[in-house]
Amino acid sequence: MSAVPQNERFHSNRTPSTWRRVLSPTGNTGDAIFRVLMFLVALLMVGIVVAMVIALSADSLLSIRQFGFAFLRSQQWDPVKGEFGALPFIYGTVASSLIALLISVPFSLGIAIFLVEQAPHYISRPVGFLVELLAAIPSVVYGLWGIFVLAPFLRNYIEPALASVLGWLPLFKGTITGIGLLTGGIILAIMVTPIISAVVRDVLAAVPGSQREAALALGATKWEMIRVVLVNGAPGIAGAVILGLGRALGETMAVTMVIGNRPQISLSLFEPSYTIASAIANEFTEATGDLYLSALVELGLILFLVTFVVNGIARVLVWNVTRKTGGVGRAA
Amino acid sequence: MNTSDRIRRANSALMTGLTALCTLLAVGALLIILSHIAWQGIGSLNFRFLTDVPRPVGEGGGIGNAILGSLVLLLLSSAFGLPVGISVGVYLSEIGRGRVGGVVRFIVDTLTGIPSIVTGVFVYAIVVLPMKHFSAFAGGVALALIMVPIVARTTEEMLKLVPHSLREGALALGAPQWRVILGVVIPAAAPGIATGAMLAIARISGETAPLLFTAFGSRFFSTSLNEPIASLTVQIFNYAISPYDEWHAQAWAATLVLMTLVLGINIIVRFLTRKRF
Repeated sequence: MSAVPQNERFHSNRTPSTWRRVLSPTGNTGDAIFRVLMFLVALLMVGIVVAMVIALSADSLLSIRQFGFAFLRSQQWDPVKGEFGALPFIYGTVASSLIALLISVPFSLGIAIFLVEQAPHYISRPVGFLVELLAAIPSVVYGLWGIFVLAPFLRNYIEPALASVLGWLPLFKGTITGIGLLTGGIILAIMVTPIISAVVRDVLAAVPGSQREAALALGATKWEMIRVVLVNGAPGIAGAVILGLGRALGETMAVTMVIGNRPQISLSLFEPSYTIASAIANEFTEATGDLYLSALVELGLILFLVTFVVNGIARVLVWNVTRKTGGVGRAA
Repeated sequence: MNTSDRIRRANSALMTGLTALCTLLAVGALLIILSHIAWQGIGSLNFRFLTDVPRPVGEGGGIGNAILGSLVLLLLSSAFGLPVGISVGVYLSEIGRGRVGGVVRFIVDTLTGIPSIVTGVFVYAIVVLPMKHFSAFAGGVALALIMVPIVARTTEEMLKLVPHSLREGALALGAPQWRVILGVVIPAAAPGIATGAMLAIARISGETAPLLFTAFGSRFFSTSLNEPIASLTVQIFNYAISPYDEWHAQAWAATLVLMTLVLGINIIVRFLTRKRF
């Protein structure tokens, strides 16, 4: 791409080469230079992703060679002995994200339905803005609030109540500290709700009005009409949920501050846990020895690959819905 | 009206009521969090706190160096991130409309979703390791990487709002495409691009994870790009997980400062764009 043809060739009309057509359909030298420049910058984006894969793979090579696939299965995380296994972190990451989705998906759907289908314009705009502001609060601020407000609240009220009613389930056994998997999941739920609801709003808004009119004309109640709209937007809603999942999987600071940071696999939601992102955040600067650092980078590589795939799936699902009707994906 | 109709109507009223309740709870959560920050933060906030460097427990100290550090990091990342982000947006909207453009758009979108901690690890590998020490420069690069895809996508959306007749008019007057883009399309979309840039700055000013092992942190005033540098967010994190009540109070006050910046930008942007959306 670097070979920009000479001026002369551009202005001669006799040899319309392929290069020339690719670089500038208008046959203007300035256009050719501008297009090449912009293309190079766009190529930089692809380059960054490729560089990420290469850099993360290269730096985790030591750990990959040492442990192979056992890294994903092993529960041992003992830096002193040089034993590194990622399973507790994978478990903590997946479990906290699933708790977050379980709580936030119904809420996000409710919010999106209210704002798109019910609220009049003068309510849905300011209220929609307020919900979006939840997404503007930095992660570390959620963490601070989680440590000093949410965790004590859960410890004193919610977790004892859960333990007394549902204590026979292994999920709600164990000591109540307010710091653990459940708190991490709830903080994540608050953080991904504005993201999921924003995308669902776009998806619902992209469902054609004729669907609503048809349902109402057949005598459907408001809620029955909304269900028709939801079925129409189902793939996009699935995309929104997966997008929320991608965000929850990689969320770092808030989770790190409330999840307890203990690499263990326990069924109890009250017990401390540890996520991939938290492990990197906590241990990266303290990692002594190449193998330790390499194991942490491999955790980063796993997180990168998983979120890349998850986001890719989500984008395709959301695009298919909002593109068809010419909607513009607004979501972050 | 028969019974089944009544049940259907009651069900409808119940479910639509529940959706309103969901919205109310989300707005309630926002107000609870914001009011708690204001209430907890205002106590320790004074001039000395805003200008002093951190000091050991019991000696007061402040966040002056963290505020300065955050500003340095924001300036640096904007200097890297804004030109690149806007250029990618121009490419996506004006040039890359075919399959290649689709690939780039997909890459940019997935870049937005890469966890910021992974960006931190990446920058550690390509900047910190070769330089052999933490630096403000590395922090700026990490924040720029987070900023670029956000700016690119908002720029693209804003450029697409520019009416085609404007482009066609300029082209019909004989202007080459690059002059049409730089002289007509971008100026027409400039307010939108600027607000997108402001939102991106608000977003990265709250980032902590990518700074932990790039900019690292510092207890002194510093503007050197070659040295580790303090930032509001890392300071809040370190104070929040410390065991001292005095530092917790300082974390709340620093959070109040950070939130004023972040929410201030968001509200200003909303105010500026209220006519368009």
